[in-house]
Amino acid sequence: MCLAIPGKVLDINRISSPVMGKVSFGGIQKDVCLEWLPEVQPGDYVIVHVGFAISRMDEKEALETLKLFEEMEGGLDELDGGDPSDAPGPVEPDNSR
Amino acid sequence: MAGSPTYDFSAGPACPIPISDYPTVLLAHGGGGKLSQHLIQKLFLSQFQNPHLAPLHDGAILPVDAGRLAFSTDSYVIHPIFFPGGTIGELAVNGTVNDLAMCGARPQYLSVAFILEEGLPMGDLWRIVLAMRQAADLAGITLVTGDTKVVDKGKGDMIFITTSGIGMIPEGIDIGPERARTGDTIILSGSIADHGIAIMSVREGLEFETQIASDTAALNGLVESMFSASKAIHVLRDPTRGGVASALNEIAGTARVGMVLREDSIPVREEVRGACELLGLDPLYVANEGKLLAIVDAASSERVLEAMRAHPRGRDAVIIGEVIDDHPGVVVMKSRIGGSRVVDMLSGEQLPRIC
Amino acid sequence: MRYIDEFRDAGTAKKFVAKIREITTRPWTIMEICGGQTHTIVKYGIEPLLPPEIMLVHGPGCPVCVTALEIIDKAIAIASRPDVIFTSFGDMLRVPGSSTDLLSVKAKGGNVRIVYSPLDAVRLAQQNPHRKVVFFAVGFETTAPANAMAVWQAERLGLTNFSILCSHVLVPPAMEAILSSPTNRVQGFLAAGHVCTVMGYEEYFPIARRYHVPIVVTGFEPVDILQGLALTVEQLENGECTVENQYTRSVRREGNVPAQKLIAEVFERTDRKWRGIGQIPGSGYRLREQFSAYDAERIFDVGHLAAEESPLCIAGLVLQGLRKPHECSAFGSRCTPERPLGAPMVSSEGACAAYYHYGRVQPHPTH
Repeated sequence: MCLAIPGKVLDINRISSPVMGKVSFGGIQKDVCLEWLPEVQPGDYVIVHVGFAISRMDEKEALETLKLFEEMEGGLDELDGGDPSDAPGPVEPDNSR
Repeated sequence: MAGSPTYDFSAGPACPIPISDYPTVLLAHGGGGKLSQHLIQKLFLSQFQNPHLAPLHDGAILPVDAGRLAFSTDSYVIHPIFFPGGTIGELAVNGTVNDLAMCGARPQYLSVAFILEEGLPMGDLWRIVLAMRQAADLAGITLVTGDTKVVDKGKGDMIFITTSGIGMIPEGIDIGPERARTGDTIILSGSIADHGIAIMSVREGLEFETQIASDTAALNGLVESMFSASKAIHVLRDPTRGGVASALNEIAGTARVGMVLREDSIPVREEVRGACELLGLDPLYVANEGKLLAIVDAASSERVLEAMRAHPRGRDAVIIGEVIDDHPGVVVMKSRIGGSRVVDMLSGEQLPRIC
Repeated sequence: MRYIDEFRDAGTAKKFVAKIREITTRPWTIMEICGGQTHTIVKYGIEPLLPPEIMLVHGPGCPVCVTALEIIDKAIAIASRPDVIFTSFGDMLRVPGSSTDLLSVKAKGGNVRIVYSPLDAVRLAQQNPHRKVVFFAVGFETTAPANAMAVWQAERLGLTNFSILCSHVLVPPAMEAILSSPTNRVQGFLAAGHVCTVMGYEEYFPIARRYHVPIVVTGFEPVDILQGLALTVEQLENGECTVENQYTRSVRREGNVPAQKLIAEVFERTDRKWRGIGQIPGSGYRLREQFSAYDAERIFDVGHLAAEESPLCIAGLVLQGLRKPHECSAFGSRCTPERPLGAPMVSSEGACAAYYHYGRVQPHPTH
């Protein structure tokens, strides 16, 4: 219950009621309601659900988290088990035709 | 109902039926009398001039070679009739051209039947006819016979178009879903979901400021270059309604083979991805109108892929998976993190979600 | 896409899978509340990557699955009226009511429209002054401020033809209902990251304490889910039971205060019936008295439609994690995505639909 994705704020119209702004999602632009994020600025990332920004992405937190991921010990090279459809490599062509 | 079209075709020739005289289509234009003749002569014949159509006989008489004839028909009822990247007109031409190409045929002749709603702006009809003419020229196909009917206002959604087409299948080419074999490579000709998202972006309530254009295009040229590289192409399919997922499920079901796809390999344009993420849509199920899937004998796949990438309609062609023995009839996709899931047929149309 | 792709990174995901395998020594049952999280788990095939000791249970986390049957029937009744334009999120259109669904109403000529945002419904009301526009306001707390804004806007614009059919549900009461059931098996929770983005996570501390369950506020990308699971398992293995925030880039402990203020202004808590579970006290929102002019249930006399669930449907047991979908006698036979008997088979992240699509190739994880 909560499809919300991050987008970048391009501009803000503080005169409209409610406050609206243009937000870009990987090149797609949409008008989004920014009423509940009074401190948001163009260039910020926001999380958008049904046309409303519900939080400002804490980029510092995000980048720290990503750094932590990088510093974690490496995982297994092969994931064993639980994968019924390991793609086989190229096989010999079927000669039965 | 009749809005002015959003897309500018004014660069082409002016509408030969003076719009001041007949600004909209009337019931009489489909009646078979003077007004019908006027419409056919001025609008259709002026664009689709050719010796087969000129006699305006009940049917076209065509010379054909001996061999196998491919025959396909399709109806186009799309709304909106104008959208970024095209109109219902070229959709109707390209759609049938592609169906023939997917049979391995060289598309040759096309028929078209129009059902027009009374009140359709003549300017709109003209733009659609122009678009069809352009599409037919690009595809190298000739329109040889047609029909026009007009229905009462309210009984039709502006315009419905049915096209049927025929073409010969060259010797040595044998295409069909049942021919898919274990070990075959699955190739996709380019990015997916462009058309479906372009359409959705115009519909009420789901508009985007950035324009995503439909990918509607004739694929017969691409298919010919593929066959020049190798005849070991087993299946061709254009993933229209229901997207790549439905097309592959149908083939897997008919051929009783399994398939495995790799999520990472499937190309999606950035804006299309953004729209899908926003709406909660899976691009695998969204319609395409200028892409094809090819299931090719593994030994020939590199050659076919190279030929595709050398053609303007196949620049972004990529191998997306393989045909396998396991779980016949079921298509599975390996996610980028290593897990896998079944890519099933949808029970109905995919709807945007918030959950 | 920025801040999405990084959290779908295969390498990072593998690290967390390895970590979970490393620290798991005993069987644990963990529930994710939110439908969006279920969607990710199914889409990326996460369950089979986990050690067999970990059992994931898909909770009642999607409005599709838990909206009471009576409300669906009311929606259908309202949508069938010729003077109404009925607007809804796409999710709700295929949910079966007692005899039909909204998509069928649309097919028969009813004016049913999908909207992306509640503000689109308000706009429709402005553009169609001679029709009554009704918006199907479902959802968890995440969607409540948006729906509140729609009502607030309608009032500000002086619209007399706009109303909402409200069926909001709240997460913490549902969690408590599950945990307090004598047959409960859930030992840890992934809390819904976007619900907490709006509401904060203060209210989960007493739950964690009272029931001794770790609760980890988790995001929606595969790396988020895996990290959330790792943190939950870690707590379980160490005998801890507190609230942690995995989704720090979006969730603050206090949540989004302006959004909460708007919710409080427009809505108040009420008892709500959850489909398949029953009445849970204080588990929903309804419009406050001063906004009653926007309450579709009052405007349209659809009365007290009593509705009977199919006796074959065990959605309630599935939603509470007490049964697996394939343990239902109707699963895959009388109940399929094409002809669903209950909501968890309709929604793509309903547990039953997920098992139907996914489980045909993979053997179901068992204890």
